[in-house]
Amino acid sequence: MSMAEAVSTKRTFPAGGEVIRCQDVHKWYGEFHVLRNINLSVQKGERIVICGPSGSGKSTLIRCLNRLEEHQKGNIIVDGIELTGNLKNIELVRREVGMVFQHFNLFPHLTVLENCTLAPIWVRKKPKAEAEELAMKYLKRVRIAEQAHKYPGQLSGGQQQRVAIARSLCMNPKVMLFDEPTSALDPEMVKEVLDVMIGLAEDGMTMLCVTHEMGFAKSVADRVIFMDRGEIVEQNTPNEFFNSPQSDRTKLFLSQILNH
Amino acid sequence: MTENVHTGSIPDERPPANTVGPIAWLRNNLFNSWYNALLTILIIYGLARAIPPLLDWLIFHANAIGTTPQECRANGGACWTFVSEKLRFILFGTFPYEQQWRPLVTIAIIIALVLISCDRRFWKPWLGLAWVAGIAAVAILMWGGVFGLSYVENTLWGGLPLTLMLSVIGLSVAFPASILLALGRRSQLPAIRVVSVTYIELIRGVPLISLLFMASVMFPLFLPTGVNIDKLLRAQIAFIMFAAAYMAEAIRGGLQAIPKGQYEAADALGLNYWQGMRKIILPQALAISIPPLVNTFISFFKDTSLVIIIGLYDLLGTAKAALSDPAWRGFYREAYLFIGVIYWVFCFSMSKYSQKLERDLRRGHRR
Repeated sequence: MSMAEAVSTKRTFPAGGEVIRCQDVHKWYGEFHVLRNINLSVQKGERIVICGPSGSGKSTLIRCLNRLEEHQKGNIIVDGIELTGNLKNIELVRREVGMVFQHFNLFPHLTVLENCTLAPIWVRKKPKAEAEELAMKYLKRVRIAEQAHKYPGQLSGGQQQRVAIARSLCMNPKVMLFDEPTSALDPEMVKEVLDVMIGLAEDGMTMLCVTHEMGFAKSVADRVIFMDRGEIVEQNTPNEFFNSPQSDRTKLFLSQILNH
Repeated sequence: MTENVHTGSIPDERPPANTVGPIAWLRNNLFNSWYNALLTILIIYGLARAIPPLLDWLIFHANAIGTTPQECRANGGACWTFVSEKLRFILFGTFPYEQQWRPLVTIAIIIALVLISCDRRFWKPWLGLAWVAGIAAVAILMWGGVFGLSYVENTLWGGLPLTLMLSVIGLSVAFPASILLALGRRSQLPAIRVVSVTYIELIRGVPLISLLFMASVMFPLFLPTGVNIDKLLRAQIAFIMFAAAYMAEAIRGGLQAIPKGQYEAADALGLNYWQGMRKIILPQALAISIPPLVNTFISFFKDTSLVIIIGLYDLLGTAKAALSDPAWRGFYREAYLFIGVIYWVFCFSMSKYSQKLERDLRRGHRR
């Protein structure tokens, strides 16, 4: 499917119910107020891009969604489970929420295949053969199956990030979180990772993606969220967002990243 | 400056003759400055003075096995008869003479267990069972009292089996304990952290000798009268406590070297704490900790010789006791050289093995 078709399949209305809900979420690092009054609802199948200047709290926000960071006020409900101090619930949520990191965070002592089968075997309790079959399916999908028996250190950055995506997919997550997945890559490797992400979007995966790739936002996102100083300043369809931004801060941000 | 365009047309050339080969090596390593040249010459002179008399004593003037102590004394060279005469006493201590095949088999079992544990292909659950079975066999062999073996009190044990039992059993119990202590020290739960830190800092702050004294002299005072815990067992426990605290710190170093992203990736996949530690964090942290861990293993192996101060006869103890035989008084050089070689063989093997393990674990998965 080409990128143009991907745009045409974009939903105009949310489908299939709510997967994530944040209500009046606040977070502090010590005295520093990093997230302020975040209200967000994500429907199944939605593709959301979160952008904003560095330090605006966008990474912190998606890291709160699988409790890698703790919020101090408000409610976050993921897949019907509220995130609190309850460890059991946190594990349940994490099973259903995949995450892709800026620095890949593959396990360097395990092969690509073992990276992918570890969680299905230990968390989902799948038999090894079944987990390997599943892993090979997703490694094929990110077009890296032939490297399955190599170690992460032997792969390029783009290949490692694709493995990281496959590793998350092996858990059959309901939501995928991407935390600046292309920021640590050499420029010539960005496309291979974005292509995989576009493919996922086309297949209807619910995605929240923190990224500076505005081209990706324009062609794939259902909604673009702009954050600044810990707040959601503006959210809109990509078309509205890029062509007629409402707030001055959004206009300033867009002028800074698009004009050079 | 002209542009240097590589077209692939420049053929490979050999490096200049004076930068390779033995002459270049000598110049680079031994004579690369006037003070290094001076040091080299001084050391060569020193070796030339020291080695011939040493070889003379060790080999050329040494007394063949079978000479009497009087002949040895008169001749002046090394007296290897002493070692052959006292070999069984040094190796097995006061274990009943005709039963000494039992400590010999014990040594073989312990060494075999260690050797199979060295091969990563055998790192399977059955290895744990093999250890339990091996230790049980060792206990039966040493104590006896069953299967027609005569009972031998453990005050009669000594020599190499004692050294090996104290160190191998000590290390194999202390190692898992030290992992728990290291994890405890980095725990998010304050109570567990405080207990781990207190334990590690208390034990590390005390000399091993005083710990052994406490185990042998003070500990019985706290026991109700009539209750008596074996002295050997008390020494073994003191060693385990000591080694665990030291190894915990070595492992903590490894844990701290693991990037935060590894913990986060394990969490994000839904692994619980123990799964994440077992599958992701510890395999990497322990691999990093190998050099300091082996350092602890080696010093701990040698430190078992300190049990002599509480009246247990390990390898060093039996060698000293052998020297107290009036007929063979004065051959301390031979005695200490002999057990020195035994200690060295074990420690050097540990060191070599750890280097191999480091290489194996590093292969392939470098970032």
